[in-house]
Amino acid sequence: MSIFRPRRPPPGPLDYTRQTWMRLVLLGTFVFLYAPIATLVAFSFNDSKRNIVWRGFTTKYYEKALANEGLIEAFMNSMTIAVLSTVISTILGALTAYLLWRFKFPLKPVYEGAITLPIVIPEICLGVAMLVFFSRIGWPTGLPWPFNLGQITIAHVSFSFAFVAVVVRARMANFNPELEAAARDLGAGEWAVVRDIIIPHMRPGLVAGALLAFTLSLDDFVITFFTSGPDTVTFPVKVYSMVRFSVTPEVNAASTVLIVITVAVTVLALWIQNRQGADKSG
Amino acid sequence: MSENDPKPIIRINGLSKHFGAVAAVDDVSLDIMAGEFFALLGPSGCGKSTLLRMLAGLESPSAGAILIDGEDMSRVPANRRPVNMVFQSYAVFPHMSVLDNVGYGLKVTGVPAAEVRARATEALELVKLDDLGARMPDQLSGGQRQRVALARALVKRPKVLLLDEPLSALDAKLREAMRLELVNLQETVGITFIIVTHDQEEALAMADRIAVMDQGVVRQVAPPAELYEFPASRFVADFIGSVNIFEGRVSEARDGVITIDAPALPRPLVVEQDKQVATGAKAWVAVRPEKIDIVKAGAGPLTETQEEAVNTVPGVVEEITYLGDLSIYHVRIAEGAEGLVKIAEPNFDRATNRPFTWEDAVMLSWTADAGVVLDS
Repeated sequence: MSIFRPRRPPPGPLDYTRQTWMRLVLLGTFVFLYAPIATLVAFSFNDSKRNIVWRGFTTKYYEKALANEGLIEAFMNSMTIAVLSTVISTILGALTAYLLWRFKFPLKPVYEGAITLPIVIPEICLGVAMLVFFSRIGWPTGLPWPFNLGQITIAHVSFSFAFVAVVVRARMANFNPELEAAARDLGAGEWAVVRDIIIPHMRPGLVAGALLAFTLSLDDFVITFFTSGPDTVTFPVKVYSMVRFSVTPEVNAASTVLIVITVAVTVLALWIQNRQGADKSG
Repeated sequence: MSENDPKPIIRINGLSKHFGAVAAVDDVSLDIMAGEFFALLGPSGCGKSTLLRMLAGLESPSAGAILIDGEDMSRVPANRRPVNMVFQSYAVFPHMSVLDNVGYGLKVTGVPAAEVRARATEALELVKLDDLGARMPDQLSGGQRQRVALARALVKRPKVLLLDEPLSALDAKLREAMRLELVNLQETVGITFIIVTHDQEEALAMADRIAVMDQGVVRQVAPPAELYEFPASRFVADFIGSVNIFEGRVSEARDGVITIDAPALPRPLVVEQDKQVATGAKAWVAVRPEKIDIVKAGAGPLTETQEEAVNTVPGVVEEITYLGDLSIYHVRIAEGAEGLVKIAEPNFDRATNRPFTWEDAVMLSWTADAGVVLDS
């Protein structure tokens, strides 16, 4: 046993994380990314009507936000739409990815390109298109909740399933086809192969895609703005209308709640995935 | 062994597989006997894997029929065939434990859970992995993963086990150990094994019979020793082991002795072989490197083998490849002759006492029964 503590070796040429300049760049990046959010959260506790000067700590704007019925309703709408569109677009996206991975058919490259169109088309165009489409086919309005959210949900699914499809398709690209052949050889039919082999392999892609779809739906403004009516205000649209009068700490408080929910969902999803990883090695 | 039980378990009749204009497997007919360890050997792209996949039902034939145990399997899908396969990548399901992997083939066909567990455990014992049932595949070594793949296929008690290049992903030492183990395993379970390999050594070491394939066609089917000693064509001679081939014309064929005039050699070659050849026909003589004796030209009395040897050729040592147990001498037999003759000599003495060295004049000799006459 030595009485000397072993000295840490100097950083090697590829030990970027141990070099001062790299750490400064990293710090700068984090400040740039998170300072605005930190400010938003901090000022949600500011005891002042105007969001400019710090006047002391309070939670009264949280109470005010929770008591704001319009805001709560918008929030519930947003969550409902997000959950619905996540479920639908994850299923559709996974099916699309499976189709693209599994089969060869004429005009497949065209189809593959068309799938990614909703990702590249400017949201404003998609929004206008949705508005025109729904009024042209005479989509019924004034339906009871939650059926009145149908338009927005459909609009959200139409662009977020493409993201799911792309993510899941990428995951399937490194699938070893011998796994499928092995399952078949061992007696598995078509459906058993999908259930026992393909879906478990897809799972990380499905989780990532679903998370993506959920956040896309939750914070979408442009497309929602064009497809929402007076009864179907979502959270971002509501915040926008509140901000038009003044940026009160109430908006900050509501936004903070949304950030907490988003972070919580992400952490939950990561935790589920890690737990599965731990099961694998445990 | 095949001699005791000559009933064919697999009959392949005029089997072909076309990919577009290319025939991956071209009109192959084969009988594989029950309990046999059969090898499909050939260079990559020769169609051996495609043939195996057609037996498994993973590829559908363009023409021809496959009969397994007397039943026509051409229209039977992979999941209902009485054969199982060990894949080249092992294809162990990464999200299932070892025990679940092995039990999968039983579970998916509706075998009760208790029986699945019992039989999977038994299969793991067979491949000596019984204490690793709870492990996940990413915690296993390559060799262990292969055992999982073996157990998973054997647990279904197939009539035939198909192995697609099972040893190619293992390192040299392990590969050699696994060869023996596969042979022992096959003797224990008594199931017909069909192995696909590009490694001739592997095929020679393990198989009861070998089919050599090239460009979708079976070139020769024979037991290992026969394949090595009496190849049917230049392709087979060259593919199995190392060989010297001399081209010439038959000058005489009588009483089981064939004499061939080879322009590259100073004297005609004499081969003792019962083979129908027409005088004047083009022919090749194949001689294995280890069957050629090499001595320094004009040195000392002749050895016993040299006295018997009827084929002698002078030459000059151009290259020496030292392989530890053997040395390969590459000898130029005539000024301007094409190619070098390879001679393999065991290194009885230490290499520092090598009897001859570069540029030495040597005398090569081999007996009449060392070579083989080939007509294609």
